[in-house]
Amino acid sequence: MENHNSHSPSHDSHGSMKSYVIGFVLSIILTIIPIAIVMNDMLSKQLTIIVILIMAGLQFVVQLFFFMHLKDEAKPRYNTMALVFGLIILLTVVAGSIWIMSYNVVG
Amino acid sequence: MAQAVTGHDKHGHGGHGHHDEHHEHEHESLKTFGFWMFLITDIILFGTLFATFIVLRFSTDGGPTAAEMFKMPGVIAETFILLTSSFTSGIAVLQMHRGNKKGLIGWLAVTAVLGLAFIYLEVSEFIELVHEGVTIGTSAYWSAFFTLVGTHGLHVSVGIVWMTALIIQLARRGITPVTQRKVNIISLYWHFLDVVWIFVLTIVYLMGVM
Amino acid sequence: MFQNLIDFLLNDFFITGDPLILGAQVSIGLSMVAVVFALTYFKKWRWLWTEWLTTVDHKRIGIMYIIASILMLFRGGVDALLMRVQLAVPQVEFLHADHYNAIFTTHGVIMILFMAMPLMFGLFNIVVPLQIGARDVAYPFLNSLSFWMFFFGAMLFNVSFVIGGSPDAGWLAYPPLSELSGSPGLGQDFYIWGIQISGIGSLATGINFVVTILKMRAPGMKLMKMPMFVWSVLSSCITIMFAFPILTVTLFLLFIDRYFGAHFFTLDGGGNPMMYINLIWMWGHPEVYIVILPAFGIFSEIVSAFSKKKLFGYKSMVFALMSISFFSFFTWAHHFFTMGSGANVNAFFAVTTMLIAIPTGVKVFNWLFTMFRGKLTFPTPMLWTIAFIPCFVVGGMTGVMLSVAPADFQFHNSYFLIAHFHQVLIGGVVFGYFAGLYYWWPKMFGFKLHEGLGKWAFWLWNIGFYVCFMPQYALGLMGMTRRFNEYNFDMGWQPLNVVSTVGAFIMGLAFLFQVWQIAHSIKFYKKEPTGDSWDGRTLEWSIPSPAPLYNFARVPVVDSEDAWWEEKQRLANGGKPKPLAPLEPIHMPKNSAIPFLISVSFFVMGFGFVWDWKWMIIPGAIGVAICMLARSFSYDTDYYIPVDEIERTEAALGGTK
Repeated sequence: MENHNSHSPSHDSHGSMKSYVIGFVLSIILTIIPIAIVMNDMLSKQLTIIVILIMAGLQFVVQLFFFMHLKDEAKPRYNTMALVFGLIILLTVVAGSIWIMSYNVVG
Repeated sequence: MAQAVTGHDKHGHGGHGHHDEHHEHEHESLKTFGFWMFLITDIILFGTLFATFIVLRFSTDGGPTAAEMFKMPGVIAETFILLTSSFTSGIAVLQMHRGNKKGLIGWLAVTAVLGLAFIYLEVSEFIELVHEGVTIGTSAYWSAFFTLVGTHGLHVSVGIVWMTALIIQLARRGITPVTQRKVNIISLYWHFLDVVWIFVLTIVYLMGVM
Repeated sequence: MFQNLIDFLLNDFFITGDPLILGAQVSIGLSMVAVVFALTYFKKWRWLWTEWLTTVDHKRIGIMYIIASILMLFRGGVDALLMRVQLAVPQVEFLHADHYNAIFTTHGVIMILFMAMPLMFGLFNIVVPLQIGARDVAYPFLNSLSFWMFFFGAMLFNVSFVIGGSPDAGWLAYPPLSELSGSPGLGQDFYIWGIQISGIGSLATGINFVVTILKMRAPGMKLMKMPMFVWSVLSSCITIMFAFPILTVTLFLLFIDRYFGAHFFTLDGGGNPMMYINLIWMWGHPEVYIVILPAFGIFSEIVSAFSKKKLFGYKSMVFALMSISFFSFFTWAHHFFTMGSGANVNAFFAVTTMLIAIPTGVKVFNWLFTMFRGKLTFPTPMLWTIAFIPCFVVGGMTGVMLSVAPADFQFHNSYFLIAHFHQVLIGGVVFGYFAGLYYWWPKMFGFKLHEGLGKWAFWLWNIGFYVCFMPQYALGLMGMTRRFNEYNFDMGWQPLNVVSTVGAFIMGLAFLFQVWQIAHSIKFYKKEPTGDSWDGRTLEWSIPSPAPLYNFARVPVVDSEDAWWEEKQRLANGGKPKPLAPLEPIHMPKNSAIPFLISVSFFVMGFGFVWDWKWMIIPGAIGVAICMLARSFSYDTDYYIPVDEIERTEAALGGTK
């Protein structure tokens, strides 16, 4: 219960109406674009995958910064570190599984 | 090494009440931090489900495929409902920091109702799929589909129950350091579920109907 | 109706027809009656409930973990001895094939998940808050919940031995054997729910200790001034946080396959059993590092304390611990080189596996250099440490041999592999936790364990270990593979198997010596005169043994690594004792029955799922939900210990040392 030298996101900082509205508008845009691309077959298959994954990634970043206020965390940034490590493991789990299992496909 | 009392003394010994308040404040920020850690483990949990889904994405065993079965309008509606609810849960937090108890409860209620609408649409989608003969046992693909999307739905449902419990507590106790921490935590949770849904939309639905 | 019930109980519910199991059922029944009788006779029910079952005190939770894990060590050890008897005399059908399958499965699961893990969590609980100068862990309520989830998960798993049938598909339950088609019995369901429930507890412990270590340290204790054990706990708990969700999902998917007829890992419906193997090892490989890393921390503490020297290479040790916990996530495929994932995958994972041996090697040199020119003494904790080093080095080297993918095609699933992982798990984990148990025992209970008997146990364990496992390397190279209960005499394996069995029984004898040692030390109880039993270096030795409820009457301020040692040196060199700050009321969490009740509800729900009894699943699930809501609505969760009570406690303990 002693020695807290850092605070969690959205503790001391809770954003403003402006940041929430910006975040909301951005996330709406980032959702409409991939839906429009896919529903109207606007791009080639490979390009579509790349674009919609980028959009999802951006959406994640938007939510992190505008809604979860990750940027405002005080040092040491344990929350950010944990998140980054978590994302590395996440990518490992997903990419590793895809790689290994590509040799063991069942129809 | 010395024996000394710390932490509190820099804030002076302004009586017991002050002491308690200071303590409570730190206590609550500790819990928010722990919840963040839990969310990170939840990321891994969903990551594993996504990995399984992606590996089994072609394993329909000659049965119905995603492109044949998905009805996008409902899914798109679900997406915008959940996006909006993430925004309204943010506004609830904002109201809380302004000390507006009524606004806080109101926006939380809006968020919970949007969550319910989302669950309603999702359950209808599942029921429709089952009526058309697609169940969790149809093929590996559909096992992975129902499990991944269902796990997200389960998270949202838990969130709704939790939010309802929190609204009752807020109505009874008002905005205190403890309830404040609880609102902060549930809004983090809600934003997190929104993010997960974006990836469900992209990887399961959009790539499925491509 | 009544007749139906009796038929059901005798034919399906209880396992009948095996004299060994009947013996176990009778002895379990008798000991339960004895415990209930003793508690009632001595009027201890209330004491049990208020002092232990509902406690949130990390020291008591730690003791409960350790008691549970020693019971599990006994059960797992008996399993091992039964297997060894069968393999020494394969012509006699001591255990028939089904029983043998069940026993090697439960031996593995119990030893890793219900012995090593709780023993580790027990030491975390007892030591970490004391070493960082904290009054409890970050979330005492959650800590109690973790313990009870582990406990009831373990009970659910163990009950399968006498009720319903044991799991018998190997400790990691590979499908398709573990699917409904391969294991239609209930054993596999007990396996899933037992591990799932205790796994949630482990995950919560991981989060709890990461936060405790990051946020609850005494003022002045920078990260790089933490005791090495705390670092090792941090690295282990970070690994738990990222690995255990994978286990939860994997078992959940297997459950969905079995219960809802899904097709994740089945052979039909497009399922892919290989995916299970891929997923389970993503957890399974980090898991072995989860249990070994804290042992490294224990050795570091002990080597430094009994060499009367600062740990050599503190920074490199920290770096080694953290890099092992990171790299442990990138080596999982070496468990299934033979799966046929192609040369690239195998090459990648072979290289990462070899890389992870490097930081481990760094540590061995650090320990050796710490001892170099130290003032060495050799009480039991130090003996275990010294025995660990050569044992673990050999185990590690055979691990590197296994990491060579082409060679692994020969070693795979042979007794060479069995010998390897027992050497790192017994030589590393078990020796490590024993060392820790002997080292911190006086801190837990206020008395030391008898040295003479401890030395007997030590030598018997070591001799038994080598006699048991060295022949198994040879057997592996001679072609003997794991998991079968009989082989022909003309294979030429019997002599070495007999030797190995003798070794196993020597270890069994060593365990009896340890039990005797504990009983003897309790009978001839000799209170430790001070809280500093070993002339220790870290903060836990600065307070009385056993520590008072609030641990530290005054929160210590730290300005160096080995803070307590430095302070003692300063005082010995004529330094003045620092002025004592006035006592303040101490903020403490209240006891709670909710963790116990949630875990009982989970047990009921899990048991219901195993038998597919809706009338049991639903009340269990409702119980869980009600308990959680009850917790959410309770605001009166902590209290203050007033100053005069602290003064009284401290005076009774002999001053504020």
